[in-house]
Amino acid sequence: MTFAGWLTIFLFVTVLTVLAMPLGRYMAAVYSGERTFLDPLFNTPERLFYKVMRVDPTKGQDWKAYAKSLIIFSLAGWLLLYFILRTQTLWNWTGLNPQGFHSAPWNVTFNTTSSFVTNTNWQYYGGETTMSYFSQMAGLTVQNFLSAGVGIAVAVALIRGIIGRSGKNIGNFWQDLIRTVLWVLTPIAFAVALVLVFQGSIQNFSHYLNFNGPTGLANSIAMGPVASQEAIKELGTNGGGFFNTNSSHPFENPTGFTNLVEMMTVLIIPAALVFMYGRMAGNRRQGYAIYATMMVMFVGAVCVAYIAEAHGSPAQHAAGLHTQVVAGSGGGNMEGKEQRFGIAGSALFDVVTTVTSCGAVNSAIESFTGIGGAVPMANLSASEVIFGGVGTGLYSILLYVLLAVFIGGLMVGRTPEYLGKKIESREIKLVAVGLLITPLAALFSTSLATASAAGRASISTAAAGSPQGFSETFYAYLSQANNNGSAFAGYGGFVQPNAGSLGSHGITFADLLGGFTMLFARYAPILFALAVAGALAGKRVSPAGLGTMRTDNPTFVVLLIGVIVLVGALTFFPALLLGPIVQGLTNHLY
Amino acid sequence: MKRDVITAAIGIVVLTLFCGILYPLVITGISQVAFPGNANGQQVKVDGKLVGSQEIGQNFSTQVFKNGKPVMKDGVPVTNPDPRYFQTRPSATVPPNNAAATTFSNLGPNNTATEQEISSNVQSYIALNGRYYPGKLTAANVPVDAANSSASGIDPDISVRNADIQAHRVAAVRHVSLAAVMNLVSKYTGGRGLGFSGEPGVDVLDLNLALDRMGGVHA
Repeated sequence: MTFAGWLTIFLFVTVLTVLAMPLGRYMAAVYSGERTFLDPLFNTPERLFYKVMRVDPTKGQDWKAYAKSLIIFSLAGWLLLYFILRTQTLWNWTGLNPQGFHSAPWNVTFNTTSSFVTNTNWQYYGGETTMSYFSQMAGLTVQNFLSAGVGIAVAVALIRGIIGRSGKNIGNFWQDLIRTVLWVLTPIAFAVALVLVFQGSIQNFSHYLNFNGPTGLANSIAMGPVASQEAIKELGTNGGGFFNTNSSHPFENPTGFTNLVEMMTVLIIPAALVFMYGRMAGNRRQGYAIYATMMVMFVGAVCVAYIAEAHGSPAQHAAGLHTQVVAGSGGGNMEGKEQRFGIAGSALFDVVTTVTSCGAVNSAIESFTGIGGAVPMANLSASEVIFGGVGTGLYSILLYVLLAVFIGGLMVGRTPEYLGKKIESREIKLVAVGLLITPLAALFSTSLATASAAGRASISTAAAGSPQGFSETFYAYLSQANNNGSAFAGYGGFVQPNAGSLGSHGITFADLLGGFTMLFARYAPILFALAVAGALAGKRVSPAGLGTMRTDNPTFVVLLIGVIVLVGALTFFPALLLGPIVQGLTNHLY
Repeated sequence: MKRDVITAAIGIVVLTLFCGILYPLVITGISQVAFPGNANGQQVKVDGKLVGSQEIGQNFSTQVFKNGKPVMKDGVPVTNPDPRYFQTRPSATVPPNNAAATTFSNLGPNNTATEQEISSNVQSYIALNGRYYPGKLTAANVPVDAANSSASGIDPDISVRNADIQAHRVAAVRHVSLAAVMNLVSKYTGGRGLGFSGEPGVDVLDLNLALDRMGGVHA
């Protein structure tokens, strides 16, 4: 561990908080229909979108209508993306397939499509050996925007339900979507993309470079419109890399500075949404309490990961390496990590990307130490509520808040209330089921894949028959169920013998099970969150009395952390024990 | 229902045009005008011929020939590190440093395969540098970045310590002074981002090309 490493973590957390507050204020204005400084730029395009799409933005929707629009829109997105990916060579006339890549087979495409539409961005394919520039842009980049937009829309709708005073209306889905794309995602993605190019990311439509290096050896370098996709991939907490090695690739993440920028881009909207919530709820302290809850767990996770990775791995020590910091070398577990990021920059990125549903990686998570690898799994086990994905994080933690209020109410023997609204059995049933869907999907799919020969076919050769093999499987379905997308990347669903999609084939079992897990664990919780919004929207607000439990003080923060850890631990502890924790506790090599 | 379907169908098309075509094209346009060097990958040319990208780690090896034919193993040409050049970090891509098909090593922390891989990297490193290094080069003082595979497989940088060790070999093989090589090493050492983010690293391609420019013995 180094001073620079700890300083990076400290400054990152500070700057994040400082930037997220004004963005939260801005977003509150965007979703409350107040004026913002970008109105002159986007008012006209907004009206155009409504006109072309035949939307009446003044018409509010109840939760069922909102859900219906959302599901139908997601389905339309799924169909178009599947079509674009399967007809890749059909678009060669655009000149955006210079390598002439063929489409991936149907099973991999099913997985990829489900993955990008659900904001997961799990990737069973290697970007630079499978996807044309056209597929990356018109297919994947689009869903990076829209799946993020859908997530934020749900969060905003749930907030309206919680604070609503006017019956059933929880907003208009189309308006929330369009305003998110125009006012929030586009301007930030635009700025971040240009910063990335300025720092060395590439942005072109060239053929891959072929040349002989100084020693005469033949080389090839992949090209493409990388920066534009990279920016929205981080901002929308999507995480699907342009290249196979994701944000560790120098063209995606060229410097120590871009590493900071990308981590900030991942967390900024999830953090801002919390402050936005406080403002919209008319009590900023409500937002601060949730922010504190998230930050405590986040910082804890970062510290554990950094210390574990700086310590080095049993395999390194068995090979006789010394992993301390020495002059001119940062030491630590550098397997699958880049020199320019070092241990701190890799551990921090890893936590940033797994507490959110981003799943981009700048280092190989599979090569993290046992405990270092347990951190992302624990983050995922907390159901993406430590900041979480854009939107998904806020609506999930709000469900946890309701659960904590309910448990707190039981403990003191009073009818639980949240922001003046009574939490009754109907809401709690919806909350409980909504929160349990994701863990259940993860565990169900993991057991199915572990117990079947078809599932075990995906485990990498080096990990077969060891706890690492179980970790790979568990991580795969935990990640897909939580719509994260990061991976113990040895786990395969696509075989490309020729480093190109021609003649390649998918592992149908992994592709389908993963695809259905992502779809189910995305849309079922969304429906429950919207149902909770609907149930709360119509409730009368009673003034806070003496006996009302406060939800904006440190006591509540502790209660909330307790509930989150308890649910996560009770559900996942046995599985965590079988894989990473066993590895973290021993120096034995398998 | 019907209204939603129409809106969704039109919506996905116009949003594809906006987010998937307009947005990347505008970014490409601005980038190509404002930062053409970066946008095209910081290509490095020697005598007008492309020799690499400053951002991408290369394999500084020479191909092994037997009876005039390239020796192959598992369908990939066998190469040996060229001792005149600084070597990049170990890579899991096939062939090494293949920047058109990047991949992680995905070797777990407790796997015997990982230990074997690290040991084999350490042995090659010692075989290459050991006899030029003042004092005894053992696994204990091989820097971790020289023993462990990078994430991208095309890491352009090596640690300062790794460069210092290799400098002894490069200076000896090229018959130039160690001080001159060390000078170049510090010239091409990049600091941490903003002074604190990440680790300092030495850009290997830059360094090697500077060595070539410096002259000395050319094989």
